[in-house]
Amino acid sequence: MPQVTLTVNGQAHTAEVEGRTLLVELLREKLRLTGTHVGCDTSQCGACVVHINGESVKSCTTLAVMADGANVTTIEGLAAADGTLHAMQEAFREYHALQCGFCTPGMVMSAIDLVNKHPDGITEQQIREGLEGNLCRCTGYHNIVKAIAAAADVMHGKRTEIARAAE
Amino acid sequence: MNVAAPFEGIGASVRRKEDFRFLQGRGAYTDDFNRQGQLHAWILRSPHAHARIKGVDTAAAAKMPGVVAVYTGADMARDNLGGLPCGWQIHNKDGSPMAEPPHPVLAHEKVRHVGDPVAVAIAATREQARDAAEAIAVDYEVLQAAATMADAQKPGAPAIHDGVAGNLCYDWHIGDKAVVDAAFAGAAKVVSLDLVNNRLIPNAMEPRAALGEFDRTTGEYTLHTTSQNPHVIRLLMGANVLHIPESKLRVVAPDVGGGFGSKIYHYAEEAIVTWSAGKLGRPVKWTADRSESFMSDAHGRDHVSKAELALDANGKILGLRVHTQANMGAYLSTFAPCVPTYLYATLLAGVYTTPVIYCEVKAVFTNTVPVDAYRGAGRPEATFLLERLMDVAAQETGIDRVDLRRRNFIPTDAFPYQTPVALQYDSGNYHATLDQALVASDWAGFEARRAESEKRGKLRGIGISTYLEACGIAPSAVVGSLGARAGLYEVGTIRVHPTGSVTVLTGAHSHGQGHETTFAQLVADKLGVPIAQVDVVHGDTAKVPFGMGTYGSRSLAVGGSAMMKAMDKIIAKGKRIAAHLMEASVDDIEFERGTFRVAGTDKTKALVDISVAAYVPHNYPIEELEPGLDETAFYDPKNFTYPGGCHIAEVEIDPDTGKVSMVNFTAVDDVGRVINPMIVEGQVQGGIAQGIGQALLETCVYDANGQLLSGSMMDYTMPRADDLAPVSVATHTTLCTHNPLGVKGCGEVGAIGSPPAVINAVVDALRDYGVRSLDMPATPSKIWRIINGGRRMAAE
Repeated sequence: MPQVTLTVNGQAHTAEVEGRTLLVELLREKLRLTGTHVGCDTSQCGACVVHINGESVKSCTTLAVMADGANVTTIEGLAAADGTLHAMQEAFREYHALQCGFCTPGMVMSAIDLVNKHPDGITEQQIREGLEGNLCRCTGYHNIVKAIAAAADVMHGKRTEIARAAE
Repeated sequence: MNVAAPFEGIGASVRRKEDFRFLQGRGAYTDDFNRQGQLHAWILRSPHAHARIKGVDTAAAAKMPGVVAVYTGADMARDNLGGLPCGWQIHNKDGSPMAEPPHPVLAHEKVRHVGDPVAVAIAATREQARDAAEAIAVDYEVLQAAATMADAQKPGAPAIHDGVAGNLCYDWHIGDKAVVDAAFAGAAKVVSLDLVNNRLIPNAMEPRAALGEFDRTTGEYTLHTTSQNPHVIRLLMGANVLHIPESKLRVVAPDVGGGFGSKIYHYAEEAIVTWSAGKLGRPVKWTADRSESFMSDAHGRDHVSKAELALDANGKILGLRVHTQANMGAYLSTFAPCVPTYLYATLLAGVYTTPVIYCEVKAVFTNTVPVDAYRGAGRPEATFLLERLMDVAAQETGIDRVDLRRRNFIPTDAFPYQTPVALQYDSGNYHATLDQALVASDWAGFEARRAESEKRGKLRGIGISTYLEACGIAPSAVVGSLGARAGLYEVGTIRVHPTGSVTVLTGAHSHGQGHETTFAQLVADKLGVPIAQVDVVHGDTAKVPFGMGTYGSRSLAVGGSAMMKAMDKIIAKGKRIAAHLMEASVDDIEFERGTFRVAGTDKTKALVDISVAAYVPHNYPIEELEPGLDETAFYDPKNFTYPGGCHIAEVEIDPDTGKVSMVNFTAVDDVGRVINPMIVEGQVQGGIAQGIGQALLETCVYDANGQLLSGSMMDYTMPRADDLAPVSVATHTTLCTHNPLGVKGCGEVGAIGSPPAVINAVVDALRDYGVRSLDMPATPSKIWRIINGGRRMAAE
């Protein structure tokens, strides 16, 4: 069986996998990082999004062997060691951008990459279009869009903390 | 100096407690659980809509690597397993009970829909189980399928179940037909409309999963499952299918990734893993692929109706006559029969003073996935029918559509209001929600916006829906008399610990609704305990005394009421302890937000003083009072609750492509008292997204042979972020008069009120094309054909 060596959330791992093992299966079943979810089998829903070398990737459509040597970040690796949430996590909470929480890990990972790819600022329309690959059945997306805009302001250094949601 | 703590009680938009774990990947959903020695199940499903099983050969599969067992329907029959039960019995017009054919856990002798489970392979890994399932050889004799209700009712249609004539489950009615016919005979105007309420696939983001375990030492079974109501699953599976007493069966519904109704029902896979775990003495886990979800989760809606409205010369409604056919699918799912009857026809008065109503409903079996409640369940179907009919009536009488609605509203001073279809509304103010929505949507300024769109070559339309729903399900005696086989109360326990922190145990289940926060707010408000010190426990039959779960917007109205009742008991007992400690009469003790006070004095005791005394009863009225501060209440609602309101949709159509874009959506809902406005807004937004999805994007498609064409997220159009526009959500409150919180419920209003508002807006945008009837979803191809057909007609 092929062997894969990769870094996940800063920790080095080596694992034996089948050729057909998906990255999400390696993460969930071998490394017990169950924050990354599987919501579909056609690469549509985005619940499985993680970062490979800083870019968002659907881990259900990536073979584990393809991640050999890669630096992977999952939802579990976002918050700081002292428990401080990433700005995107904080914004999702402040703007009530999650309900059942199932799409949330993938949504947050996609959103961070989306904001990173728009260093000069991001419009509401760009956020909506940028979320094409992530499905949410609970929220209707409006609060997700607001949360990403608020997080972008912090990630781009325009604000030091997440703007409070309107009451 | 005291710094006031932020207010966390009723009315505060407290940020959610559960978010910390969900945002850090620490949620614990069913598929996240793994046990020592765990095996994996893969279900082999029927590729045919209708076929006789002539033989199942499992020999090759059983020899595959890692395989521990392969089971078929015959194995289950040998173990005398029961079938999947139906929780509601409807009676025909003649008083006879509905047809209730068996629903085997694994298909036996016949398969009746694509996706019907036929066999299960159990192996060391999921991949091995899947490989083995593919090696099972099933010899099918393919039979003619009835994929639609029309096909199933044709003379000579294939019989889906033995002994079910005409594939008819029931032929039910409500109302006095003769009286309604007489009203129509005397009407100045009769408006009629044929409608299809499109079949939907719920698609909660978390696919269903189940993990069965058996403890050989104690003989206890444990099932972890993606359920909205673990106690109900324990009851149905234990009593009807596996014959395991409640005391030996624990059902846990941990974090659940959305439900929308589809996770209410007792599904075959729950019984399969529990039974297999017992037979094998090892944990067995099953997790659905999304493709399996499409063909095994209960679908929603699927009505075909003819509706007629009788009006007098002033536009006052004289009567309503409805004939509906409702698709049950191949088998009766847990609550399927009540959806097109008691959750549908009883809603046909809507917000109007319609004096007489007759509705007949034929429920039909077809070779499709079972159909059951999906967000709103019957009430969206009733609302769509009524609100489309009102718009057509406005068109055909020449009365303005807002004015026509106003003329027929139940007056604000008419509550309690008895409808002709069994329900008695306790409160509401339909004029107020309408007025507020008209202002918020700038209804008056629409024509200017239409003209501006026209300049850009776009067709703009605005549509309205004034709706009502019945939720807070439900008074047990009432539903029992209507055929429910369960009570629909809820259970709440308030456990005040010695240190004054509180654990709430509730039979309601949160799968996105934010109960851990909202319920903690009730405790903060009433007992004065900070929400950080309130833990809400749900979803485990071993922890929570009993419960009926979450659906029908019942968690707060019924479950919250049970908690309020339990807190009343805590306070009553606390007063007696306080009276003893402060040497006063019980009648003189007042309680407010955590403090017991002797009336008119400065003598007080905090809740924590009382809890310490209750658990360390050294100085305690032990002769007359038990120690402890832990109270449970069962709350059975006196009536349904009746949220209602007004939704206004504004759309723009690109005539070149037929694409409908949402440009504005305004909702003003009366959901009763609001505990957490942020959460209520989120619930309404989510419901509206599903309603817009039904109106514009989503539909389940079968071909004539019963093959599911919309069987993946590539084929079934789920709403995405760029399909939706911002939604303006507001509330206008009248209190529910019969529950202690005054709450009505907010989980379904969005999905109920919105579809007709959107379709009315699309029809309005197409007013130059003579559109009278428009079935959902209003896809670009459908709209393009209307526009281009219209142009051709104009040119001819």
